[in-house]
Amino acid sequence: MALDKPYKDIPGTTIFDADMSRQGYHLNQFCMSLMKAENRARFKANERAYLDEWPMTEEQKQAVLARDLNRCIALGGNIYFLAKIGATDGKSFQQMAGSMTGMSEEEYRDMMVKGGRSIEGNRHLGEKK
Amino acid sequence: MARITASVYTSHVPAIGAAMDLGKTGEPYWQPVFAGYDFSKQWLKEQKPDAIFLVFNDHATAFSLDMIPTFAIGTAAEFTPADEGWGPRPVPKVIGHPKLASHIAQSVIQDDFDLTIVNRMDVDHGLTVPLSLMCGQVQAWPCPVIPFAVNVVQYPVPSGRRCFMLGQAIRRAISSYDEPLNVQIWGTGGMSHQLQGPRAGLINREWDNAFLDRLINDPDGLSKMPHIDYVREAGSEGIELVMWLIARGAMGDVAGGNKPTVRHRFYHVPASNTAVGHLILENN
Repeated sequence: MALDKPYKDIPGTTIFDADMSRQGYHLNQFCMSLMKAENRARFKANERAYLDEWPMTEEQKQAVLARDLNRCIALGGNIYFLAKIGATDGKSFQQMAGSMTGMSEEEYRDMMVKGGRSIEGNRHLGEKK
Repeated sequence: MARITASVYTSHVPAIGAAMDLGKTGEPYWQPVFAGYDFSKQWLKEQKPDAIFLVFNDHATAFSLDMIPTFAIGTAAEFTPADEGWGPRPVPKVIGHPKLASHIAQSVIQDDFDLTIVNRMDVDHGLTVPLSLMCGQVQAWPCPVIPFAVNVVQYPVPSGRRCFMLGQAIRRAISSYDEPLNVQIWGTGGMSHQLQGPRAGLINREWDNAFLDRLINDPDGLSKMPHIDYVREAGSEGIELVMWLIARGAMGDVAGGNKPTVRHRFYHVPASNTAVGHLILENN
């Protein structure tokens, strides 16, 4: 019997559940490897070669190379793991979060200062804004 | 006997730690955040706890996908602040309380909560930012700290109900410890925030404040709130708030005692991507 996943109905949100974790295992463990300075240096020197050391799918590797965090998440990445790529690139958490919203860095920061993204219209898929 | 005298609740936003470490606390963006903790720093100095039981979550730092313990109690003598990729925070080493922690582990496991016992764990911003907010920039933390890590990264995370009941078991454990220690329990994380996907940046001020109200006045009812309400209303990372129910469950009124006194309440938006909430409750 399929498990109940009511959170599939939340717009713009991927819940990192056991299925996603299984899909993203190697992608997330690659991210963890960037906690070590020597691995960060090796990754920066040749990203493709470093990624090829990991049994990730080609799609996952392409998503990392493109720094497409939404794609990484769709392929099983989790934001706290993906943040290690951002740290390697010298990005703040706000820059990373903003990069997934289609907004510019400045627009995103302004939205946060003004109180953040409203919940209205953002509870359910297909909800009228 | 040891007793829990108070509980503290606070967000643990990493950017708050960075702002302190980089000397930015006086900047207009940050000043209102830190002003919300002025009272708390003074209060903590006066309270002089002997130990802090600090509930937090690891953010893919000590625990990768190698192992994902739902509840992990740190029983080591000390814990090193972690390098989360930006270099370790320049904060003091965290001194543990192995004797009390082992006592709590033994008691709580016998009370049917299957804790993972951890003797080696670097602690990330989830643990060090609350200490920084409550203690300021210090050479040493004021007392030993027992880190208690909860998985809120990979679903399913423990339910609010389970957390609330665990808090009650922790209270029983601490109450049965022979030395007359003044122990505080802290619940950290939240409030509303979402760090991922096109909905990133979500904040729900009304929901957060209702959560604070219910945490004070109706923790039993609040503990029955399902996960989906947290993630839908407070964002995918807002689920961290289940950890506050562990601290709340450890307060005396839940075991039939008097209602706690609200010593301090603070709410502010934003700190980076997140709504900051903070509460101090004293047992009576």
